[in-house]
Amino acid sequence: METVTITMKNAPALFLEADTISPDAFAGKSAAQIAELPVFEGNNPSTLGKYFEIRGGAGATAADTKIVVSGDVAKVKYIGFKMTGGEVVVEKSTDQYVGAWMKGGRITVKGDVAAFAGTAMKGGEMVIEGNAGNYLGAAYRGDWRGMSGGKILVKGNAGSDTGMYMLGGEITVNGNIDVHVMTHAEGGTVIVRGNAKSKVGGQMVDGNIYIFGTIDVMMPGFKPNGEVELEVGGTKAKFAHFIGDVGERHKKKKGQVVYGNLYKKI
Amino acid sequence: MAEYIIRNGHVFDPVQGIKGDKKDICIKDGKIVDKVGSSAKVIDAKDKTVMAGAVEIHAHIAGPKVNLGRIYRPEDKLFSCTPTKGMERMGSGASIPTTFKTGYEYAKMGYTTAMEAAMPPLFSRHVHEEIRDTPIIDEGAFPVFGNNWFVLEYLKNHEIENTAAYMAWLLNVTKGYAVKVVNPGGTEAWGWGLNCLTVNDPVPYFDITPAEIVKGLMEANEYLGLPHSVHIHPNNLGNPGCYETTLDTLKLTEGIKAKNKFGREQVLHLTHTQFHSYGGTTWADFESKAKEVTDYVNKNKSITIDTGNVTLDETTTMTADGPFEHHLTGLNHLKWANVDVELETAAGVVPYIYSPNISVCAIQWAIGLEIPLMMKDPMRCYITTDHPNAGPFTRYPRVIKWLMSKKARDVQVDSFKHKDKVLSQTSIGSLDRELSLYELAQMTRAGPAKSLGLGSMVGGLKPGMDADIAVYNFNPEKPVANPDDIEKAFSRTAATFKSGVQVVSNGEIVSNGNKRTLWVSIKAKENAQVARDIAEKFVKYYSMTQANYEALGHHFVPNPFAIEVDATN
Repeated sequence: METVTITMKNAPALFLEADTISPDAFAGKSAAQIAELPVFEGNNPSTLGKYFEIRGGAGATAADTKIVVSGDVAKVKYIGFKMTGGEVVVEKSTDQYVGAWMKGGRITVKGDVAAFAGTAMKGGEMVIEGNAGNYLGAAYRGDWRGMSGGKILVKGNAGSDTGMYMLGGEITVNGNIDVHVMTHAEGGTVIVRGNAKSKVGGQMVDGNIYIFGTIDVMMPGFKPNGEVELEVGGTKAKFAHFIGDVGERHKKKKGQVVYGNLYKKI
Repeated sequence: MAEYIIRNGHVFDPVQGIKGDKKDICIKDGKIVDKVGSSAKVIDAKDKTVMAGAVEIHAHIAGPKVNLGRIYRPEDKLFSCTPTKGMERMGSGASIPTTFKTGYEYAKMGYTTAMEAAMPPLFSRHVHEEIRDTPIIDEGAFPVFGNNWFVLEYLKNHEIENTAAYMAWLLNVTKGYAVKVVNPGGTEAWGWGLNCLTVNDPVPYFDITPAEIVKGLMEANEYLGLPHSVHIHPNNLGNPGCYETTLDTLKLTEGIKAKNKFGREQVLHLTHTQFHSYGGTTWADFESKAKEVTDYVNKNKSITIDTGNVTLDETTTMTADGPFEHHLTGLNHLKWANVDVELETAAGVVPYIYSPNISVCAIQWAIGLEIPLMMKDPMRCYITTDHPNAGPFTRYPRVIKWLMSKKARDVQVDSFKHKDKVLSQTSIGSLDRELSLYELAQMTRAGPAKSLGLGSMVGGLKPGMDADIAVYNFNPEKPVANPDDIEKAFSRTAATFKSGVQVVSNGEIVSNGNKRTLWVSIKAKENAQVARDIAEKFVKYYSMTQANYEALGHHFVPNPFAIEVDATN
């Protein structure tokens, strides 16, 4: 695997929309060619090379390409956009839409990410060592197709609306989570090792939520369904099981109504 | 204005019966002329196809429900933005493009006239503001009448003169082009949580049937002698077995004669026929009844139709058939928006994905193609996608490919997940017909222009007609190696002229042309009763005053082109 290191040398005044920082866009290109890739600073078209110093060279394919993003990229959006393979390591915090629509490969962010990370993600793996913003693994604005595959791990806390319209895949949050978890979801899993606030599983059609800590306010649309012993993410524990959202439509499988599941550790 | 001569192209013009002969087309002062001076600009059309600018007879491209679709579907814009480029302003939207993108896309495909298919009269100002902001193409809009309280009250007693007087007033104040009917009576019935699924289901409170509404509107339309006929979206759209309602609706034309001075022969235009040609009793035994419907239309010259081709895309459905959209959101569980328009109509919007992996969608695709392939007279069948309902209008080149190439249809059928079902429930597999370029010109130019009563103005290349011309990179003398070449050729013109101005060159917009709003200005007999009824309804029921209702003046219709109708005799 070849490594390209891009280092912020000339910070943008406005937010930088850099959907070209992905192994797919870099693949087969030299440092000079990568510097020519288009980006937008606000609504002004520009090139990656104007902001970043680019060292190394990409592999022949996305899968053979590793990108290390270093320096202050707190105002850079869309890192790893639509990537299908390879690896991206972001050494500090970054802005919105990290790994949005990604299909494969791996993204590691050593700091925090802002909202919409993993929007409509289809596959691959994303590890966020800091905190995640709102709408992690959710659907794009207006859309009904959220994250459908792959894995996201947040070592810190996550914001609100995590897994909104989620269809598949798995999100694990080691810290706490803000309001609205898996709203409208029709599949997938969210595991929260810390505490949740409220609106957990609102209008959920299908899918699984595991909360290891507390839930401030339960949704009225979830009803108790006994207790179960489960092994979740390597931890064996006893959980109270709830099904819902009973106010939402549900599919039937073999004559049985399929509900969303909410498991709260006892 | 500059003079042009389009040299040596293969010309297809049903108006003059020209079938691919090499001819020069001359343009002067916005019109087609016999000859031009030696200083005329030459457009080399050697080995190219030359046709009149195409005429869109039915699309939802301006107005509140279109805009509602734009507002509530940001995801439709997500990966479909086009940045500012040369003459072009930025645009976005795949199934519901912005007004600017709408004008550019039509012009780039060689379309120069388009009709907005459903204008809620109360929001005619909004419709005209969007038409104004859609560059290049001439546009008109059809106000809806089929669920209007005035119409229901007058026709309950079969008061044709009063209906006609109201019709004339409404077309005049809304700057409307034709009489549109959507789910007659059914949308009003929905206010009571009901619907009209046959032509004999009574409308609650008004106690009138869809049959009485449609027949009365046709009589009033001919009483006034309007350029276009009644333009109908019948009851029971989109349901298995709906073709019977369609045939019942078509039979209402029997005994009604076209009366107008615009060369129009039909008394009813059936729109998006594909959605109205379904057999079966459930989605499981869903089947095509395209043959039954086209058999009737083939025999009955007083009807024209358009197709409503399903293009197998993710799109946005929008119609004044409020109850249908509610039904649809119950089927696909996607977001639903709905509006009731006071005394007049309603509308709903729901996104829809016509998936090639779903048998019903694939059968709908086949039905949409069977209809034009089964129609004997291409002058009475027009290609539409009921944009955006069955697919975006930007897919016309693909529909043309399917109609012109049996091979392209076979490739599509073979790729369906439920191929066998498509073949057993439709006759698409056994239809060998491939449309000729002449028939294509009939279905997209001369035919719709004639049906709209615009046949002497657009849709042809006869000297004296508007110089609306499309030149395609398509050599009719060369066999088509790959059907995709057809789609490519009709996607972007080599040149488009609109009223004598070159608006497209090599697929790029080079001018915003001289866009006009087409409307029908009617001189009608004074009718004191109708005038009093209108004033009373505004005082008693409307949420606005009569003075604020009219779409008037430079702001709403900056460049009007009025078609005059004298109905005083």
